[in-house]
Amino acid sequence: MLKIKELHASIEDKEILRGVNLELNAGEVHAIMGPNGSGKSTLASVLIGRDGYQVSGSVSYEGQDLLALSPEERAAAGVFLAFQHPVEIPGVGNMYFMRTALNSLRRQRGQEELDPVDFLALAQERMKLVEMDQSFMNRSVNEGFSGGEKKRNEILQMAILEPKLAILDETDSGLDIDALRIVANGVNALRSAGRSMLVITHHQRLLDYIVPDRVHVMTAGQIVRSGDKDLAVELEANGYTSVQQANAGRLAPVGVAR
Amino acid sequence: MSAPTIAPGISDEVRELANQEYKYGFVTDLDTDVAPRGLNEDIIRLISSKKNEPEWLLEWRLRAYRHWITLTPPTWQHVSYGPVDYQDIIYYAAPKPKKNLGSLDEVDPEVREMFDKLGISLGEQERLSGVAVDAIVDSVSVATTFKDKLAEVGVIFCSFSEAVQNHPDLVRQYLGSVVPYNDNFFASLNAAVFTDGSFCYIPKGVHCPMELSTYFRINAADTGQFERTLIIAEEGAYVSYLEGCTAPVRDTNQLHAAVVELVALDDAQIKYSTVQNWYPGDADGNGGVYNFVTKRGMASGKNSKISWTQVETGSAITWKYPGVVLKGDNSVGEFYSVALTARRQQADTGSKMVHIGKNTKSTIISKAISAGHGQNTYRGLVDMRHSAVGARNFTQCDSLLIGNDSGAHTLPYIVVKNKTGQVEHEASTSKIGEEQLLYCRQRGIPEEEAVSMIVNGFCREVFKMLPMEFAVEAQKLLTVSLEGSVG
Repeated sequence: MLKIKELHASIEDKEILRGVNLELNAGEVHAIMGPNGSGKSTLASVLIGRDGYQVSGSVSYEGQDLLALSPEERAAAGVFLAFQHPVEIPGVGNMYFMRTALNSLRRQRGQEELDPVDFLALAQERMKLVEMDQSFMNRSVNEGFSGGEKKRNEILQMAILEPKLAILDETDSGLDIDALRIVANGVNALRSAGRSMLVITHHQRLLDYIVPDRVHVMTAGQIVRSGDKDLAVELEANGYTSVQQANAGRLAPVGVAR
Repeated sequence: MSAPTIAPGISDEVRELANQEYKYGFVTDLDTDVAPRGLNEDIIRLISSKKNEPEWLLEWRLRAYRHWITLTPPTWQHVSYGPVDYQDIIYYAAPKPKKNLGSLDEVDPEVREMFDKLGISLGEQERLSGVAVDAIVDSVSVATTFKDKLAEVGVIFCSFSEAVQNHPDLVRQYLGSVVPYNDNFFASLNAAVFTDGSFCYIPKGVHCPMELSTYFRINAADTGQFERTLIIAEEGAYVSYLEGCTAPVRDTNQLHAAVVELVALDDAQIKYSTVQNWYPGDADGNGGVYNFVTKRGMASGKNSKISWTQVETGSAITWKYPGVVLKGDNSVGEFYSVALTARRQQADTGSKMVHIGKNTKSTIISKAISAGHGQNTYRGLVDMRHSAVGARNFTQCDSLLIGNDSGAHTLPYIVVKNKTGQVEHEASTSKIGEEQLLYCRQRGIPEEEAVSMIVNGFCREVFKMLPMEFAVEAQKLLTVSLEGSVG
């Protein structure tokens, strides 16, 4: 479903992704781990079409050239990003925002739009997944939300928009243990044969809750090691430096922060 | 204060919309009675005699004119434009009536058609919304609807000219009582040459049963529009008043120098809403209306309240500071504003709140949006006098920038001469962030829809103050004005 080949990305002449190769099949959950500045979030940004990167290489998504699509077209094709830092949109109601988003997707896919009543029923059902109540929906998008509430709001959107490829960028950062459990339960409930996930994280902790099919280690803009879920445990024990050292011969020294 | 940079992510589709036509830009071919160009005492006498005015009013006009010729136009505002040749303007233009109007049904069909095209029906039976309309074309009121129905409860709603004929004592008592003829350059000019406007009187204890509305239309070329509106709410009265404006597309600038005076006596309340959509000029800044307007309310009675709500998307240049003089104890003044400047539009606008009475309260919420090469300046005065014991003000000025070439500026003036006065001022400048746009687009919302959603969210506090019908209209207007300028 997703094939990334020799993906390079740079910003203002700084190369951040230096040839990423990754393959994700339908229904699989892959984790990408790596230290700060290794390019994990850049990978997510490039996949959703954030502006400002010079990109080369190829990304094939369900047979289409993903890089040729606009951000909204990618969304309509089923790509979703749970943002690391969800932005606030003052004055725009959360409920209204999600309904507009869902209906935009449905319109682009040639489906009928949901009226407010049907949408409310759908939203209420999905809100249970992340233990949110109606008061969240009446507030402005992310405005005044705590860190944990913002992350739950992202997962709620994922539950409502039902993407085929969900990218979770540091969804665990800033969460206490209860919030982490709620978010992880929500994500697990959304795992299905037709939905692939790319879970980006620093910590193995999240992967105790969301158990991945594959774990990839990214350092300095490349995936340097892949393995099953035990790789995450090994990393937790030995740190990323062991991986970096093991691959030192392959990599040019870099210190790119992102 | 500075213009930050943003939005490389604006798509070509949005850019294509950049020169969207101004849909109210048509000209109606009306047979018009016009005065010669230029201004002198003879022109003023001509206007006064055309309107069959009493001697005292002519004298007042001439006093204003004699004062005006000693003045120079203000230059302190943060806008730039070439000098206006006041001798090259036509000061009186009136659509020639085909005959004397006996009833609304006899309104010139061409005038009626023009208003139909603007979406404003002058036929009472056709209006479902229960809004009474005074329609003003160029300098003259052409029709006022629902007059009889309003008269049943004692409300007087008519053109200014009619009020001069039929209610001269009220006009004489209040004309210039809030905005005197020597108030400022444009107010003096208006006092000298004003040709019509709306007059509205709500008697003691009457809650006006419907929204009153004036619709202004500049049609003739090279004319100035100088209307004057006077609203008086007697003790315990309430009125909600709406004002809408459009003008044809013309490549020369047109001057609109209006004056609005509001008087609220004890416990009276006046809510004045404006949706201003004068022709803004083209993308290169040619043409457009100069909107130089003086609007002021006198909350003279105790517990009185005056609210201004305005949504301004038109005009090449806007210069206006609707304010309230809070004279009565416990009186309340409010100003809610959305001002959009796109293309090459410039606005220097804000509010003046003058606290004189005890425990007076004022609120200013200003939302400025700058897109394209638009320049938007908030300029506001909060003045608390010695006598204003316990006065309070809250001011919030938010600016939203779209694109690299727009600007927003905030210039608050605060004068407090009373130890018990409380003033709060909050200001913010933000830009429609790439981050907000990307967030919306990532969720599947197309870019232009996302911009409109973010801007409407930004303005929500003000929109919710507008009467329902107007709020919807304002939202649409903003979306259209914005679509024409993002990029």
